[in-house]
Amino acid sequence: MSRSGVRFSSRALMANQEAFAEQAMEYMPQLYSTALRMTHNASDAEDLVQETYLKAYKGFAGFEQGTNLRAWMFRILTNTYINSYRSKKRRPDETELDGVEDFYLYRRMGGLEAARASRSAEDELMDYFTDADVQAAIDALPESYRLAVLLSDVEGLSYKEIAEDLDIPIGTVMSRLHRGRKALQKQLHDFALERGLADAVPEAP
Amino acid sequence: MTHDHDATPAMPIAGTPDCERALAEVYTFLDQELGESQRAEIMAHLEACSPCFEAFDFEAELRMVITTKTHSGEFPETLRIRIEEKLTYLRIQGSGGVGPDDGGEPGPGA
Repeated sequence: MSRSGVRFSSRALMANQEAFAEQAMEYMPQLYSTALRMTHNASDAEDLVQETYLKAYKGFAGFEQGTNLRAWMFRILTNTYINSYRSKKRRPDETELDGVEDFYLYRRMGGLEAARASRSAEDELMDYFTDADVQAAIDALPESYRLAVLLSDVEGLSYKEIAEDLDIPIGTVMSRLHRGRKALQKQLHDFALERGLADAVPEAP
Repeated sequence: MTHDHDATPAMPIAGTPDCERALAEVYTFLDQELGESQRAEIMAHLEACSPCFEAFDFEAELRMVITTKTHSGEFPETLRIRIEEKLTYLRIQGSGGVGPDDGGEPGPGA
């Protein structure tokens, strides 16, 4: 390549990266919110987002203009998290959760609503589970389920968006969500049992 | 369906074929991922079948609880400033040619 060719491509790269700075900044609050839920720690979340932007900036030449930049950024965030920040603590294996039935929690706690007709199920559930319960239940999920559940139930992303973010087929998104949500319900029920809350339900008049 | 080892008896939900079809789609329904005709079909079933309605309602409430109880902290504007500064620095520094300095490009799907 000639000298002028090098200069040209370097200038093109710069233009690209200026475009990046303009286009990618709007996703920062969303990425931060996901990062915070992944890491549970504001300082780690900030570092994770910063690292995501630096990596994305450097790799922006490889981003295909016109495709989904938000999903591309999320994919870098997710990969960075998985490679660097994921806690080493033991999580249950996916197979340990086989056999958790559908509507696990409803089958055990749904009767509560009928038992105390004056209150809505929402009030009951809101009172039952603390922020810490819900956070801990999500946190206890196997990693692949946890990310899918976070992106769907918490961030409200569509199956298609999650598939793009995690770079997996939509069918896999659906099965991870399905299994992750059942596991989440079982964990929440375990918390309720520990506190003696759920035990009272079947006997309620 | 598997046998349950915990002490709490599991409450059955309604069991006609229509019920089963509806219950199987509870998540795709709540996630708003169903096509219009399938969604309408399930809506019609829920209007006619209160056990299924209760089960769906419970799942919807639970979703709300999960979303509400995991609200995250506010976005720190200082982070935006910090990242913008770093990018500006890289752009100035990199005008002679930007290369990866930390072990390569991440690339999506890496």
